[in-house]
Amino acid sequence: MRNNGNNLALRFWQVLVLVGMFVAWHVLTVPGIVPPFYFDDPHKAPFFFGEPLKVLSRIWDWFIGGDIYRHLGVTLIETLLAFVIGTVFGVAIGIWLALAPMASAICDPYVKALNAMPRVILAPIFFVWFGLGMASKVALGVTLVFFIVFFNVYQGVREVSPVVLANARMLGASRGQLLRYVYLPSAMSWVFASLHNSVGLAFVGAVVGEYLGSSEGVGYLIHQAEGVFDINTVFAGILVLTGFALALDMVVTLVERKLLVWQPRGGETERI
Amino acid sequence: MTPALALERITCTFVSRQDRAKRYTAVKETTLVVAPGEFVSVVGPTGCGKTTLLNIAAGLLQPSAGAVRVLGELLVGTNTKAGYLFQSDALMPWRNAIDNVTAGLEFRGIAREAARAQGEEWLKRVGLSGFGDRYPHQLSGGMRKRIALAQTLILSPQILLMDEPFAALDIQTRQLMENELLELWSADRKSVVFITHDLEEAIALADRVVVLSAGPATHPIGEYRIDLSRPRDVAEVRLTPRFLELHTEIWHAMKDEVLKGYAQQRQ
Repeated sequence: MRNNGNNLALRFWQVLVLVGMFVAWHVLTVPGIVPPFYFDDPHKAPFFFGEPLKVLSRIWDWFIGGDIYRHLGVTLIETLLAFVIGTVFGVAIGIWLALAPMASAICDPYVKALNAMPRVILAPIFFVWFGLGMASKVALGVTLVFFIVFFNVYQGVREVSPVVLANARMLGASRGQLLRYVYLPSAMSWVFASLHNSVGLAFVGAVVGEYLGSSEGVGYLIHQAEGVFDINTVFAGILVLTGFALALDMVVTLVERKLLVWQPRGGETERI
Repeated sequence: MTPALALERITCTFVSRQDRAKRYTAVKETTLVVAPGEFVSVVGPTGCGKTTLLNIAAGLLQPSAGAVRVLGELLVGTNTKAGYLFQSDALMPWRNAIDNVTAGLEFRGIAREAARAQGEEWLKRVGLSGFGDRYPHQLSGGMRKRIALAQTLILSPQILLMDEPFAALDIQTRQLMENELLELWSADRKSVVFITHDLEEAIALADRVVVLSAGPATHPIGEYRIDLSRPRDVAEVRLTPRFLELHTEIWHAMKDEVLKGYAQQRQ
């Protein structure tokens, strides 16, 4: 463990970088602080890059006025649904193909093709199939999450230690019990290892889907603002999404710590 | 008396997956009979197919020819009467010590509370009570071996198959574990097949030592009854004159095979 004084100094510098970036942004965009050196008109810089104070006041209004919560809620639900559904399918199909060599050999080129395809282009099809509501965003997220989970589970099942497997068999495990007590835990450890990736991509699926066509969600807010050249609101939306993604990532880290207690971690000694 | 375990004229030939014409006969025409309650050590040079033989006895591997009888009955599938202690770590890393120990009971559908009580009992018996909530990576090599021993013995198998279980341990821990094994074994005399390449270990533990030839086509080349009195202390018994006599006799028979095995591996 790093000691507290060091930690505090680190935080200070991190915050200083953030403040520095906002100050630079402010100085370079607000008309009249520095003479224009790239654009011929001092009002062009804020038009293209926004103004941090206006961006922050927009975020403030959203959270105080309460407009943002509905949109954030929609994005969050889409993300979670995409993550859960994608993971369930990924685990089920991953285990099945890993344990059925014939089926795996047959499916192999198709899995590779589907994975290589830029799946965001499926969005228009999903809009046609599922409409402009949440379902199409969830479907897009699922296609992104599925492959990450699938490949990890496939690998996880393939790499179960043969000795652990033989031991479980000698202890009397039936085929079903091997699946539940050996293959699944081994595969899940790989799934958890890729948790950050899959949650992140579920989020990407939700936001991109909203951006391409929807009536609610943070992606929709950004798209609306862009339509009327309201660059400040676009930046506000981006900042909110970033903060939200960071919070999501922190939750994932907590969950991961809880679930992977059995894995060795570097430096578990305690300093007295 | 029906033998606990009988390997009858076992031959085991492996075929290369790439080239079906390439074959390797690991074990040839091997017969090994273990009486109820008997402790048999099997020694042989490295790479001679000892583990293959044990896997066949466990039902994890099908022999190319020959039969395995367990308590008189022909073995089909895995050997449910046998417990197997593997050479390398075989604990499930995602289960803590107590859950590893009780895994076999869980597979048999025994209620959780009852299984836990038995598990605690066994942890105490292998000297690890209070370590139940540790995960395998938090335990030392010797502790993991003791957990594995408890995991196998809790099911009270009639036959115990051991594949160089203590090979990875340092010499002190190893002698402690050997004594613990003898103590646990003497409580309810199971039939044991103990595989090792260490002749001293084999003599110190066993009632009978079987010597295998170098591979390929391994077969037994000698059998020696160990008439050292029990209970034994593995460290002390090594110093007795009778032990040295037996050691000299068996080593004399083994030496040529060891050199042969060594020469083959160098090719």
